[in-house]
Amino acid sequence: MTVLRLAFRNVLGAGLKTWLNVAVLSLAFVVIVWVQGFYDGVNQQALDAIIDIEYAGGQFWHEEYDKFDPLTLEQSHGKISPDVQKIIDDGNAIPILTTLGAIYPHGRMISLMIKGVKTDQDIIPLPSHVLENGNPNLIPALIGTRMAEAGEIEKGDVITMRWRDANGTFDATDVEIVEIMNTIAPSIDAGQIWIPIESLREAMQMPGEATVITVRKGFDVEIGEFGQFYFMLPEKLLEDMINVMKGRDIFWMIMYVLLSSLGLLAIFDTQMLAVFRRRKEMGMLMALGMTRKEIVGTFTLEGALQGLLSVVVAFAWGAPICYWTMTTGFRFGNLKEGGGFAIPTVVYPEYSPQLVFGTIFILMFFITLVSFLPVRRVVKLKPTDALRGRWS
Amino acid sequence: MKTLKYITYIILLGLIGFLGTQTSRAEEVTGEYILKMIDDNVYLDKAMTEATMTVFDRRGRELSFKSRGWVKGADTRLVEYLHPPRQKGVKMLMLEDNLWMYTPEPTDRIITISGHMLRQSLNGSDLSYEDMMENSQLIKSYDAKVVGKEQYNDRECWVVELTANREDVSYHSRKMWVDTERWLGLKEERYAKSGKLLKRLEILNVIKLKDRWYPKKMRFKDMLSKGKGTEYVIDKIDIDVDIPDHMFTKASLR
Repeated sequence: MTVLRLAFRNVLGAGLKTWLNVAVLSLAFVVIVWVQGFYDGVNQQALDAIIDIEYAGGQFWHEEYDKFDPLTLEQSHGKISPDVQKIIDDGNAIPILTTLGAIYPHGRMISLMIKGVKTDQDIIPLPSHVLENGNPNLIPALIGTRMAEAGEIEKGDVITMRWRDANGTFDATDVEIVEIMNTIAPSIDAGQIWIPIESLREAMQMPGEATVITVRKGFDVEIGEFGQFYFMLPEKLLEDMINVMKGRDIFWMIMYVLLSSLGLLAIFDTQMLAVFRRRKEMGMLMALGMTRKEIVGTFTLEGALQGLLSVVVAFAWGAPICYWTMTTGFRFGNLKEGGGFAIPTVVYPEYSPQLVFGTIFILMFFITLVSFLPVRRVVKLKPTDALRGRWS
Repeated sequence: MKTLKYITYIILLGLIGFLGTQTSRAEEVTGEYILKMIDDNVYLDKAMTEATMTVFDRRGRELSFKSRGWVKGADTRLVEYLHPPRQKGVKMLMLEDNLWMYTPEPTDRIITISGHMLRQSLNGSDLSYEDMMENSQLIKSYDAKVVGKEQYNDRECWVVELTANREDVSYHSRKMWVDTERWLGLKEERYAKSGKLLKRLEILNVIKLKDRWYPKKMRFKDMLSKGKGTEYVIDKIDIDVDIPDHMFTKASLR
């Protein structure tokens, strides 16, 4: 109890030195929690966006299809089985046919994926109805803003598109860009062009075929194989993406270490100085009957108390900021790219209890540790030397 | 008077005979015959070549690649890059429809180039891997029709239209300007199924190899892009070379 009381009095007595440490530590606390919450929010919104925009209630994939290997696309098409066709006919799913090709805007070749979609669908929020517009002599095409920027393409442009049919024979025609959509999901935008599925089927000589079939959100399909296709729920479809996101955690770990190091360094410096400058005080305490362990405990506790104080201060000024960004969101303007992931223009950070209390626990542990490390030497200190201001 | 009659008969007979000869010659020069003649010239049963490919990009820069190649029949080919230094030692082996690429140390790796990758541009040129490896006989894939006779680069040429008679060919139709004496397609246009012009090939220079003529300098141009095309020059060719079979194995790439 004496140790605690003494440590508390010393912390308060140190005045400005304590408050400077507390300020740095609280800043580290708030920034770590805010950044991590922001990152969690981005990830969650990206996953939600992909489900809404791309996966909906799940997808049937052709047995040869691999989303992350475009080279499989040539073989990834097949006839739709009657039971899946029935789901499509009932309006609960849409077939999408995908192949590789190239466009030539301004005489520059850009390789891309050509995707065929039904024009009258409402299962994914793709403005495919616009594919019913345009010059009837040209194939109407829809692209996203990323693709438009990459190819310097504008709405109304007529560009040449080239592909190979099912037999490998080249074919090419002019397509009209009837709309440029603004979407947060690069997975339906970057490096791809959308045209009516019937036009693509005819061009590819693949009548009635598809690469994937997207099911309406909320429509139940039994997981399993359906002819050449197999069904997967969105959770399963997102597995690879979640793994990729986890891989990117390293970046945030580095941020975490850097930020916490700032606060820990302040504590460590204070303790190191204390050990050198307060040797006479230590000798005095020993002379008054305190054991070496009690002295080490007092000094360690002083550091830990500064940490606790910084948690309180961080809550006081950080909680309102976090709450405000959580409710109003953090606006990014037109920034939408995130290494292949969707980053919404307004990000709503997510602060889970695990995040807040986990951060407090980890930082407190390290604060206590760096408070203890410099004062270990006190164990070997003789009271007479300490009173003279010397080390034993 | 009788003499005049005889002279008239003789002239008429001569004219009929001349016209008959001409007709039979024109009949001889069918599309099929032209394709056969081109194949006889261009198709290499076995050969070793050294060539320089120069790519002219949109910004006017030139990139040159030197290579040595060995050919055996229609579907066996090996190419080794000699220049530039970063490409030196890279080898490509084609056996039937398969293509493998070997990259030397430090990667020391063999990768399979298949499907869509075969259609990718070769080192940024107007040629695809497929185009580079092509040595098949036209007569096996196309029906040809002679549509006229034109001068091209001061050479008299048959104008021939080719239409694919198989479904698995890259170009549905082609148009060729074939030298009437040397039986080489001095100019060739390759079309998509829709009729859109995709590529143009011009033979700028030819060489005589024993009893056949062979392209020495060619220019390829992707007609959909704005690049300045790709030039391909055969620096050296030997058609009497003996090539051991083991050269055309994956093991020999390393």
